[in-house]
Amino acid sequence: MAGKTWAAAATGMALAALLLMGGAVRNPAASQIPDEVLVVGQIAEPKSLDPHAVTATNDFRILMNLYDGLVRFRSGTLEVEPALARSWEVSENGKTYTFHLRDGVAFHDGTPFDAEAVKFNFDRMLDDKHPQHDTGPFPLAFFFSAVERTEAVDPLTVRFHLKEPYAPLLSNLAYPTGLLVSPAAVRAAGKEFGRQPVGTGAYRFAQWESNAKVVLERNADYWDGAPTLQAVIFRPLTDANTRLTELLAGGLDLMVEVPPDAVDLLQKAGGFTLYEQAGPHLWFLILNTREGPFKDPRARRAVNLAIDKQALVTQVLQGTATVADSIVPAAFEWAHDDTLEPYPHDPDRARRLLREAGAENAELTFLVAEGGSGMLAPIPMATAIQADLAKVGLKVNIQTYEWNTYLGLVNQGLAGKADMAQMAWMTNDPDTLPFLTLRTEALPESGGFNSGYYSNPEVDRLLVEARRSTDRNERADLYKRVQRIVREDAPWAFVANWKQNAVATDRVKGFELQPSFLLDLAHVSKSGG
Amino acid sequence: MLSYALRRLAMIVPVLFGISVIVFLIMALIPGDPALAILGSFATPENVADLRRELGLDRSLVEQYGIWLGNLMLGDFGRSYSLNRPVLDEIGDRLGPTLLLAGASLVLCTVLGLAAGVVSAVRQYGWQDKTLTLLVLVGLSTPSFWLGLILVLVFSVQLRWFPVSGMYAIYGGGDLPDLLHHLALPAITLAVVATGVIARLTRSTMLEVLRQDFVRTARAKGLDERTVTYGHALRNALVNIVPVIGIQTGFVLGGAVYIETVFQWPGIGRMLVTAISTRDILLVQGGVLVVAACYVLINLAADLVQHMLDPRIGT
Repeated sequence: MAGKTWAAAATGMALAALLLMGGAVRNPAASQIPDEVLVVGQIAEPKSLDPHAVTATNDFRILMNLYDGLVRFRSGTLEVEPALARSWEVSENGKTYTFHLRDGVAFHDGTPFDAEAVKFNFDRMLDDKHPQHDTGPFPLAFFFSAVERTEAVDPLTVRFHLKEPYAPLLSNLAYPTGLLVSPAAVRAAGKEFGRQPVGTGAYRFAQWESNAKVVLERNADYWDGAPTLQAVIFRPLTDANTRLTELLAGGLDLMVEVPPDAVDLLQKAGGFTLYEQAGPHLWFLILNTREGPFKDPRARRAVNLAIDKQALVTQVLQGTATVADSIVPAAFEWAHDDTLEPYPHDPDRARRLLREAGAENAELTFLVAEGGSGMLAPIPMATAIQADLAKVGLKVNIQTYEWNTYLGLVNQGLAGKADMAQMAWMTNDPDTLPFLTLRTEALPESGGFNSGYYSNPEVDRLLVEARRSTDRNERADLYKRVQRIVREDAPWAFVANWKQNAVATDRVKGFELQPSFLLDLAHVSKSGG
Repeated sequence: MLSYALRRLAMIVPVLFGISVIVFLIMALIPGDPALAILGSFATPENVADLRRELGLDRSLVEQYGIWLGNLMLGDFGRSYSLNRPVLDEIGDRLGPTLLLAGASLVLCTVLGLAAGVVSAVRQYGWQDKTLTLLVLVGLSTPSFWLGLILVLVFSVQLRWFPVSGMYAIYGGGDLPDLLHHLALPAITLAVVATGVIARLTRSTMLEVLRQDFVRTARAKGLDERTVTYGHALRNALVNIVPVIGIQTGFVLGGAVYIETVFQWPGIGRMLVTAISTRDILLVQGGVLVVAACYVLINLAADLVQHMLDPRIGT
């Protein structure tokens, strides 16, 4: 009797299990991704697919494939080349940029691409009376704050009138914030445009299933040659372990931001290719030059000498970054001073300098973030730096904060709070970082990001001049001079430049990482597995 | 019965109101400024101040809460600023998957828990009982997120029987077998602990009931063992088991938060984790409120079932 009960229960359990495994016995090939579809593992759900409304690299990676800008970064560089503009001229005084547009291009919804469309894009961002200005906010619109007005001269000519000469304009136009949206689509969708994006790019928007996938389809009419792939699918996988297991199980063709620990594992697994690319990123320590031991440049140089940067990038960051040597990341080839050496690791000299500066055995407060955009591994890095500074007699007290709180604190300036703070920036032009963070006029009290209060009239002058110059060689020379002065003054401790990485299965062909940290999939294909 | 149900329903309102106040306060008191979260590292104090004004963050807490509650009464949960879409749309998209996952887990843990408990009780100290007791102990002491990872490594990465994550195949699929295929691992992972709890309770309750007079009477009347076990004993045991299943539902809903993260299941749990980290106050408040409402309703249902099984309870 009871034996029957047992049998009945067991049957019930087996049935329930079978029911759930309904799919297990399906032909596994059925769910295999076909060769003409590429699946990309992303680190998060995009906020929006409106290029003017977002700030995250994660979202930019999708946007670059949906839209084009007037100009773009030439593959493998941070140099600007034509895109939707065939050519351009800059006036003698550097205040007028005239762009000649590509003829016969249309947005994915059929709206013709012309000068009026370009004007619409910038008016929407910059003019708060524009009828579509309420479809924002536009957090990066300040990239174009030098623009006084845009003028549609004729259907294929658009002119930017600037308030003052502003050389970084072209880089900013190549950045995702400069990507161009379809005016008709914005008018129709209003605030919802970010979920129904329309551009001119190599792929057109097909579907966004919240937290599952964003699907882009091949744009057969793409002006720069239609892509080989039929579709690209971006999957938001917030958990790094899940991204990794999906890649190993064949649910992804490509994933970005591979954790250092996983790189080894994938290389052992075989069948994967690791891509690495140093980008325009700098991880540094802001030093408080207004008060405390770091008022003295010798103490600031001592910190640069005391930190073992090589050990940091090889051990803590496991080779996912390189040692930084100056305020301009080496990815800006044309503006970076290759003759500069990073500060060597020299604790003896550091101790000597601290003695001269009267900062022996000083006690320091160090602000540290718990995470954040481009911050790499802030807490392990902070403890390593703390240990290095202890070796030269500096006692460092770490205070950690959640990222947004941290930004609020640091952006108000370090006075009365701390002697040093971590920070990281990713930029699109060598001008951005020093101009926003090192000029006397960029002090926190004037709304700038110069949280360590560095002030050097010579640097101020060079930076303004570099903005006004329309000659690239001249600009490069000015930035090199800034780098040398700033290295000597040491308002920061220069630590690391992040190397972006990605892993793809060996079937993915024609993929390259860009120094801009953007993902261009127009010419990627997949071979049979 | 009806008046009991209505009385219980009326109590839900103050409960949800209390929850809304607590959630609102927690979100207001944890560090991090939503305006900064939206604008990112380039935010100038001026932009932050503008946006705070736009979001109403510059008003007093009482005012902010009042505005939110007023809109809520009109069925407007506000707009999520991290996703730039109405909170209600987002919750609408997410509620189904969470209920499906929690529901599947509940069916699993109820069926398996009851079956295992009854077998254990009927076969007390037999090998079936010993085996099941051991399994239950292992199930109860395994952390579910770890179990989830192990299941993925074995069944998805090594054997490739099941997908690693998500709810539907990324390419093709989208039918019911595809859904079940994706549901299997997260539902099993989520059900393990609750199965153990229910099995244990069923075993002890059944043992108690089987020793009672009315069971002996039933046997003496010559009813067959099956009718005695299931018709009489189990029905009486259920009166005590049902409320625990209700409580387990709460744990299953709570567990869904991190199981959804492990399996990237597109439900409310994962939405809340993301919303908390991006300081998306309106989304967190709306989400927690909806989850709380589900929880309260499920408990109500459990109480009503218990009331039906034994009308003396709760009147």
